[in-house]
Amino acid sequence: MDFELMTETFPKLLSGIPVTLTLVGSSLALGIVFAVILAQMRLSKNLLVSKIAYAYVYVFRSTPLLVQIFLIYYGSGQFRESLENVGLWYFLREPYFCAILALTLNTAAYTAEIIRGGIQSVPWGQLEAGRAVGMSAMTLFRRIVFPIAIRQALPAYGNEIILMVKSTSLASTITILEVTGIAKKIIAATFAPMEVFIIAGAIYLSMNFIVTRAVQWIEVKLSPQLYRERSAESKPKVDEVLAH
Amino acid sequence: MDFSLLTFGDGGWGDEMLRGALMTMAVAVCSYLFGILVGVFFASLKLSQMAILRYVADFYTTVIRGIPELLVIYLVFFGGGTLLRTITSGLFGYDGYIDPPLFITGMVCIGLSAGAYITEVIRGAVLAVPAGQIEAAKAIGMGTAKRFWRILVPQVARYALPGLGNVWQLTLKETSLISVIGLVEIMRSAAVASGSTKEPFTFYLVAAILYLGLTSISNRGFLRAEAWASKGVRYS
Repeated sequence: MDFELMTETFPKLLSGIPVTLTLVGSSLALGIVFAVILAQMRLSKNLLVSKIAYAYVYVFRSTPLLVQIFLIYYGSGQFRESLENVGLWYFLREPYFCAILALTLNTAAYTAEIIRGGIQSVPWGQLEAGRAVGMSAMTLFRRIVFPIAIRQALPAYGNEIILMVKSTSLASTITILEVTGIAKKIIAATFAPMEVFIIAGAIYLSMNFIVTRAVQWIEVKLSPQLYRERSAESKPKVDEVLAH
Repeated sequence: MDFSLLTFGDGGWGDEMLRGALMTMAVAVCSYLFGILVGVFFASLKLSQMAILRYVADFYTTVIRGIPELLVIYLVFFGGGTLLRTITSGLFGYDGYIDPPLFITGMVCIGLSAGAYITEVIRGAVLAVPAGQIEAAKAIGMGTAKRFWRILVPQVARYALPGLGNVWQLTLKETSLISVIGLVEIMRSAAVASGSTKEPFTFYLVAAILYLGLTSISNRGFLRAEAWASKGVRYS
């Protein structure tokens, strides 16, 4: 084990983190917007709309992300002239843009199913009760459906975030220098795969550790009643306080 | 798009793409079987009484599930040769230059990745078997081996099948990553074909359709297997 090489490699790999995080952040942010639309389409009463959304989800979940990335990045070259005419070539020739587009479309398919599961887990009685007190569709969604669905969907979405952090490594195949891309470059130059792997692996593990912890923290914040049992014993109950 | 490029024979790339699909299937099946072996091994460590064995298995699943597969592929691809040469020169005194075959490299990488997910699937399935089942088997005097084969395995298989089906899909898709080290499967065939015809969209679209076909067909197979495995179960 070459420790000198490891200390040299460390800052180089760290410099890839912003790229990785930008890819994760932007595709997750865009992906969730698209996913909400897809989930609504999937739950639509219109059979055609629902089928279209299902087909989208099915195709994107059944093909490898690498194909999706290559189809957008290399595939767009085949239609260069027509893309230039409509002004899209300017974006599609950028590997960075293609990577974010592919990751967004991909994560939207998975996230749409997570959101759909969350919305469908809302008990009927809750909806009926909301309607019975005269809530409008918007209020019903904001006050009843969304708060319940998000609690149900959050753990699965946490897994999706981790998968996305891992997926960004595929951006290195289209010349983007994020953590894996830099790692590969150093490995090919130094032929010290183990050393570089340990550092790059540690970087990914720490990122995913932070994601896991952050999601757990939000879970506790969203349903404090589930985690409060122990501290509740020491605190006086509300009605006891009111009685005094 | 020029669909005459997809014909079979000298002028078209249809046969090359199909051969790529066969290679993808071969490497996916081998990786998956290897993954099941790895998964069973680490699941038994996770269910062990000894804390140190559980830690080893936890370390494996945490690391593999937290690190991109591509990074593992680069490690094994670039590091596997050095390791192999150390072994061959140490054990057999052979100092020539040898590299592990691409197929084996890919199989090990994807298998190790699948193994981590399979570990969790099998662990969950074993824990889902009611303790009363094992107690009942003991009560009527079954030996350890019989208990394992007659009581544990059939029920674990049933609980594990849905999860195993998911991992299979994941494995099949992950094999596309091996193309980066040069194994000629679907993605590599598509890359070669689009390089020489200048029609990348056509060929990556064909690649996507091939993957779609493979996942759809195998998904059906798994649904059948699930139905078969739970035919003795009554649903109320």
